Amino acid sequence: MIAALRHWLDSDIGYSFRSSPTALVAALIALVCGIAALFAPWVAPHNPFDLVTLELANARLPPAWYAEGSKTFLLGTDDQGRDILSAVIYGARISLAVGLASVVLSVVVGVTLGLLAGYLGGWIDAFLMRLCDVMLSFPAILVALLIAGVGRAMFSNAHETLAFGVLILSITLTGWVQYARTVRGSTLVERNKEYVQAARVTGVSSLRIMRRHVLPNVLGPVLVLATIHVATAIITEATLSFLGVGAPPTSPSLGTLIRIGNDYLFSGEWWITIFPGVMLVLIALSVNLLGDWLRDALNPRLR
Amino acid sequence: MLAFILRRLVQAMIVMITVALIAFMLFQYVGDPVTFLLGQDVTPEESRALRAALGLDQPFVVQFWHFLANAAQGEFGFSLRQGVKVSTLIAERFPATIELALVAALLALVIGVPMGVYAALRRGSFLSQVFMTISLLGVSLPTFLIGILLILVFAVQLGWFPSFGRGEVVSIGGWTTGLLTAKGWHHITLPAVTLAIFQLTLIMRLVRAEMLEVLRTDYIKFARARGLTDRAVHFGHALKNTLVPVITITGLQLGGLIAFAIITETVFQWPGMGLLFIQAVNFADIPVMAAYLCLIALIFVVINLSVDLLYFVVDPRLRVDRAGGH
Repeated sequence: MIAALRHWLDSDIGYSFRSSPTALVAALIALVCGIAALFAPWVAPHNPFDLVTLELANARLPPAWYAEGSKTFLLGTDDQGRDILSAVIYGARISLAVGLASVVLSVVVGVTLGLLAGYLGGWIDAFLMRLCDVMLSFPAILVALLIAGVGRAMFSNAHETLAFGVLILSITLTGWVQYARTVRGSTLVERNKEYVQAARVTGVSSLRIMRRHVLPNVLGPVLVLATIHVATAIITEATLSFLGVGAPPTSPSLGTLIRIGNDYLFSGEWWITIFPGVMLVLIALSVNLLGDWLRDALNPRLR
Repeated sequence: MLAFILRRLVQAMIVMITVALIAFMLFQYVGDPVTFLLGQDVTPEESRALRAALGLDQPFVVQFWHFLANAAQGEFGFSLRQGVKVSTLIAERFPATIELALVAALLALVIGVPMGVYAALRRGSFLSQVFMTISLLGVSLPTFLIGILLILVFAVQLGWFPSFGRGEVVSIGGWTTGLLTAKGWHHITLPAVTLAIFQLTLIMRLVRAEMLEVLRTDYIKFARARGLTDRAVHFGHALKNTLVPVITITGLQLGGLIAFAIITETVFQWPGMGLLFIQAVNFADIPVMAAYLCLIALIFVVINLSVDLLYFVVDPRLRVDRAGGH
């Protein structure tokens, strides 16, 4: 593991990583947020969902550096006496999980359709590209919101897992388009290269050519897109949850926490909504910066 | 050219019919209108009679056709929650959203264009770098967080601006406007700024990039060689040529503004169509949802179609390509 890391740091991309302070800081922030979210039950000082430990006497406490604050609740508590720091860590866990799941699904769907459209051509290609045109003419957040809204109305009393399913689906259905377009473009180029023709002449099946020969050669740009898409997906998720069509209040994501805290803004309890917001921006900004760095590092013309 | 326009028209029709189908399915599969109207304990004969009266016993295609015919006349029935005709509800909320979007677009143009011009002309200066950093932040901050921050600072802490509602509105021939009263302007400030920030950063970056591009061209060099003042070169020649794409993008973004207004309206409790839609979603108010779906799709289809046609008018190359090629 460490040897592999050292090997990677010695490579071209690793060198560009070491020599970019922005990339280092962004990676550090993303890593800290990611680890905190992954090991939330061990990292968080309290379990915000354990109803037994909640005490109304502790409700709406300000952060620890205020006179009325308590040392046990570093960033204060919300209206039910939940520790904000713990809620934020657990919320980041849900936000990251939904964001990553949507991106993975989008990549799988988008790359598959893009490969098929680019390699096979014909009516599949024509149909898929028209579909992409139509999808791109609407803002992604609007389409996701409409799908999530319709989904919510259809299964209004449904189980929690279904709510998350609809949420991930709504982000996926708007996210696959960029991958399909990019992969189709590069597939069109690869399809006419000699190694593909050689494979075809030796009688390799189309499916196998697509999977074993073309796919590895078109994945580069997908990686960059996917990194930046993680940030977009997390923000989309937060926006949907803030509007009340995303994660259910029983397992709140960062967006849900901001929505809950928004009601207490006017009574001066800013910390309930601001800290989840800060966490959201930290994650989105660091992932965005990493994506920008990756794009430049993988682009040989900029070296 | 005719073939291109026809193809676009057909595409627009398919989009509209798909959206209408989704809206229709909502009616079909979310809640039974008969149980809703009559309650749980009715005889089968009663429910069958009502079914026939509402036309619910007819085949799917016939029902969908009736739905389309009604939708084309703006007829979506009554709101389940408020008991008011949906068309009336939407008509009430429509001006609020349009005003918000227009003020935001204006704000983004009036501030974004000078910022972009400055960042291009004084590349590398301290202020330009500040502008670029702000624009990066504007892209990374989600709209609803910007709104919340503005409320926290300007409404809660400083108390300068109100944080919800439209204030005082005046009605002119059915169109309610808040732009004729001081209170209305006072209320629209924070939501309009929130909605404008993303567009502003977009316009600023676009103007900067286009300006840098144009400043490199030969006719600018020639204008300089002729001994024209910097002022005449920058504003008479360079800026004029950057404005065409800027105006196109702003026009295209108007639809985006109406879409993003959903978020801004929710944060500021602005009584527009977006807030109406979000409330409808949370109460499963199907007729309102269906009407909003169809209306927003129509707005987007019309905007995209007119931009396509405008390109034709503006760019003669497009006409030749299509006519000669395929």
